[in-house]
Amino acid sequence: MRGYFGKTMTVACALAATTSMVKAEDVEVLHWWTSGGEAAALNVLKEDLAGQGIGWLDMPVAGGGGEQAMTVLRARVTAGDAPTAVQALGFDILDWGEQGSLADLNDVAAQEGWDAVVPEALQFFAKYDGKWIAAPVNVHSTNWVWANKAVLDDNGIAVPETWDDFVAAVETLKAAGITPIAHGGQAWQDATIFDAVVMSTGGPDLYKAAFIDLDPEALGSDAMKESFDRMAYIRANVDDNFSGRDWNLATAMVINGEAGFQMMGDWAKGEFLNAGKVPGQDFLCFRFPGTGDQVTFNADQFMMFDQGGVVSPEQAALATAILSPTFQSAFNVVKGSVPARTDVSDEAFDDCGKQGMKDLAAAASSGNLFGSMAHGHANPAAVKNAIYDVVTAHFNGEYDSATATEELVNAVEGAQ
Amino acid sequence: MAHQSAEVDFRTRLQNWIPKLVLSPSLAAVLVFVYGFILFTLYLSFTNSKMLPSYDWVGFENYRKLWGLSHWWTAITNLAIFATLYIVICTAIGLTLAILLDQKIRGEGMLRPIYLYPMALSFIVTGTAWKWFLDPGIGLENTMHLWGWESFEFGWIKDRNMAIYTIVIAAVWQTSGFVMAMFLAGLRGIDNEILKAAQIDGASNWNLYRRIVIPLLRPAFLSAFVILSHLAIKSYDLVIALTGGGPGRATELPATFMYSYTFSRNLMGVGASSAVIMLMTIAAIMTPYLYAELREKP
Amino acid sequence: MSAATQETAIRTGRIARTFIYVVLLVFALFYLLPFFVMLVNSVKPLSEITEGNMMALPKELTFAPWASAWSTAQIGVEPTGLRPYFLNSLFMVVPAVLICTALGALNGYVLTKWRFRGDTLLFGLMLFSCFIPFQIVLIPMARMLGIMGLAGSTAGLVLVHVVYGIGFSTLYFRNYYSAFPTELVRAAMIDGAGFFQIFWRIMVPVSGPITVVCVIWLFTNIWNDFLFGASFASGSKAPMTVALNNLVQSSTGVKEYNVHFAGAILAALPTLLVYIVAGRYFVRGLMAGSVKG
Repeated sequence: MRGYFGKTMTVACALAATTSMVKAEDVEVLHWWTSGGEAAALNVLKEDLAGQGIGWLDMPVAGGGGEQAMTVLRARVTAGDAPTAVQALGFDILDWGEQGSLADLNDVAAQEGWDAVVPEALQFFAKYDGKWIAAPVNVHSTNWVWANKAVLDDNGIAVPETWDDFVAAVETLKAAGITPIAHGGQAWQDATIFDAVVMSTGGPDLYKAAFIDLDPEALGSDAMKESFDRMAYIRANVDDNFSGRDWNLATAMVINGEAGFQMMGDWAKGEFLNAGKVPGQDFLCFRFPGTGDQVTFNADQFMMFDQGGVVSPEQAALATAILSPTFQSAFNVVKGSVPARTDVSDEAFDDCGKQGMKDLAAAASSGNLFGSMAHGHANPAAVKNAIYDVVTAHFNGEYDSATATEELVNAVEGAQ
Repeated sequence: MAHQSAEVDFRTRLQNWIPKLVLSPSLAAVLVFVYGFILFTLYLSFTNSKMLPSYDWVGFENYRKLWGLSHWWTAITNLAIFATLYIVICTAIGLTLAILLDQKIRGEGMLRPIYLYPMALSFIVTGTAWKWFLDPGIGLENTMHLWGWESFEFGWIKDRNMAIYTIVIAAVWQTSGFVMAMFLAGLRGIDNEILKAAQIDGASNWNLYRRIVIPLLRPAFLSAFVILSHLAIKSYDLVIALTGGGPGRATELPATFMYSYTFSRNLMGVGASSAVIMLMTIAAIMTPYLYAELREKP
Repeated sequence: MSAATQETAIRTGRIARTFIYVVLLVFALFYLLPFFVMLVNSVKPLSEITEGNMMALPKELTFAPWASAWSTAQIGVEPTGLRPYFLNSLFMVVPAVLICTALGALNGYVLTKWRFRGDTLLFGLMLFSCFIPFQIVLIPMARMLGIMGLAGSTAGLVLVHVVYGIGFSTLYFRNYYSAFPTELVRAAMIDGAGFFQIFWRIMVPVSGPITVVCVIWLFTNIWNDFLFGASFASGSKAPMTVALNNLVQSSTGVKEYNVHFAGAILAALPTLLVYIVAGRYFVRGLMAGSVKG
């Protein structure tokens, strides 16, 4: 593939190199942050670059958690017209690294000391072959539970610490006639819960063996079957209309007190804040029962497309700006996620944000930070989707737990 | 004299060539951008292309994988159900509405655009509205309950055995008005003298339509069939908008399958092989039709 | 044209007529429902929507979502609303429709009035091109546009739409012209008229109805395209559908459904307008040719 469009690229790069000596080039940025808060947060970055005389050509393509943008990226690269910087997630970054299309950011990284402040689990996705190829913007953690405080208080429920606590809480809510769990039945949402359930049931060892090492034995283990049983329990305690629902509407159920809990990544906080709710007072955020020490994450990064072996000054400026503590703080306060470097002050963050930062730092130092399978940070796209197939089929009652466990082993094997 | 005749000769030759010259840009474009790309896809289906095209030949491996996927079988079964119902229902509704609208209806000018407008909207525009409308918790069922019809149930979109039928409903909504227009045009083109003659012979309205009108609409039926079958095979937006392929993978169609394997799952080879199967299916349906349609014309 | 207003000779009784009106109205309701859902929710405050009843009439009427969708909603990093993308779509749709219709008319003219050996086969080949699934052409098309230096430009996008519209426009014009008496063309030829003269003086003046059909069909298809627009001309040149998609699709952001609905209606207005204004000529056009085959 490199040879396929290499020539065009070289010519384009040569041109870029000559002009950049005269004046700063624009950066063209492909991303999928188009909803109000996110886009406004990204504007901070744009302003920052504008201050250095670098223009920003915006190229937003939303849809499918970045899938649409990745399709567009392939078209652009095939046309020999790759954007300067591209938002990407997890294994997509490594795939592009493998194609050899990404710029080597090692100089910038050394200058800015990225190695020391970016958690190692995150570096795994930002480096290929020992070279920094992407600049991480944030860390979302996905094993959060969101709860309506009033609903919990009215029913005498304390924050559940273990699966058994959680089951007790669910039963209480059910008896009180409240939908215990708000959920949207889309494959990625089912898988988000599955992440947390596997982590809680089999601990980090099972999670790592099954989702990261793709060990068939772990995938077919009894603990995995137990996890599927727990998924079935969760399925039994969502409302009848869960299928196909957007996660935002599930969050709205918790906000309105129609449901007690929602398992969703930290972006759900934005919906609460947007509805004028206050963390700690109106709603609670806590780790999925039994995963108090672990953090499963997904991280948005910007990869820089190769400019003929060298990083252009604009790309370097962009990368530096992305990882600057001020941007990291400003952006993540709005986005609901936490900074990708662990040395940023938590002053500007709310309670949930502060807790998220503390959890991340703790998990990173104790080896409890894992990429989220549901969000493409544990295994490549083909495997991830194969796991989705099984999880969602089981959640929708197509398989019982034993069949699902068997199918999981087959599906992962088939996709490799 | 010789000079002049040479010029005439040149001019007639030019006249002979102009039509072909005029046709050639379109033809060249189609050859490259359609048939060239089809060949490229065929080639890709024999390679182990993943994220981007690669040129490692793997023979029939992708096809073997494809037919081993339960997911693919679901997609084809769904297409069979969807296409059959969609084509039959659209044709039936379109024909009925056209016949009814042809009865000197007052307000035809108002009704026709109402029937036709869905064709103007893509499912990017109407998807969320449809999804909500079909959702029992917030849409039709909920509204009926609020109006006091407590026992009303319409939760197909949440049921993996029924969800594909909700896709049919939305698809019929989009195109049946267009099919109506095609039949209406056909009806208006029928010579009234034939009908009058039959009426004098004492034929009932029912017989008039069954024996005379509907057989005369044969070309409209064929056009409707072509347009509907191509829309059925290409249906993609509406599945994504309505169910995203769910519940589970219950409403996956070959078009969504192809996109998912090529672009989301980074298995371009498998995606290409599914595209080849789809193209072969289209060819199998279209060739006899085109042959029949084009052959008899002088 | 006179044939288009021809009314059926069939007579119906009073009861039957009542029944017919009821059926027609029920269907009209069915067709209007989704639009009703969109319209009603676009004038509600967001809190009323998330309360859960999507079909209810608004308790509090607001047009703020419309204003927001048009001029202040976030499409990319800047809060521009859909407004700037409107022209992008026009600059793409108008040339594509014009070129494609002109080519279709010429092709149809050649294929019916200047027939040569193998022309039916060529027409068959062009017709089959209508059926190619767009997902498979994405990558090779990107490569071709790159080679031609048209990547990321409106011109490239116009080319793509022209190429995949030719099949249909040729089909429409060929079927229409085949019903046109070839004797007239022959007579003109004998009088010494050339290829283009005949086309311009004889064919074009009678092509009104089918042009309407062709333009409506192409206009809606091209205006509504998302995949090509996103892949070959995003950024500041993005067409309306890509902007709309950016407005309504967000994976981890807050969803303002009322703004989404208002935006969706705004994005669809041109095609709706085309259907409503030109719709009455549409049936005439279809009648005049394409379905008679």
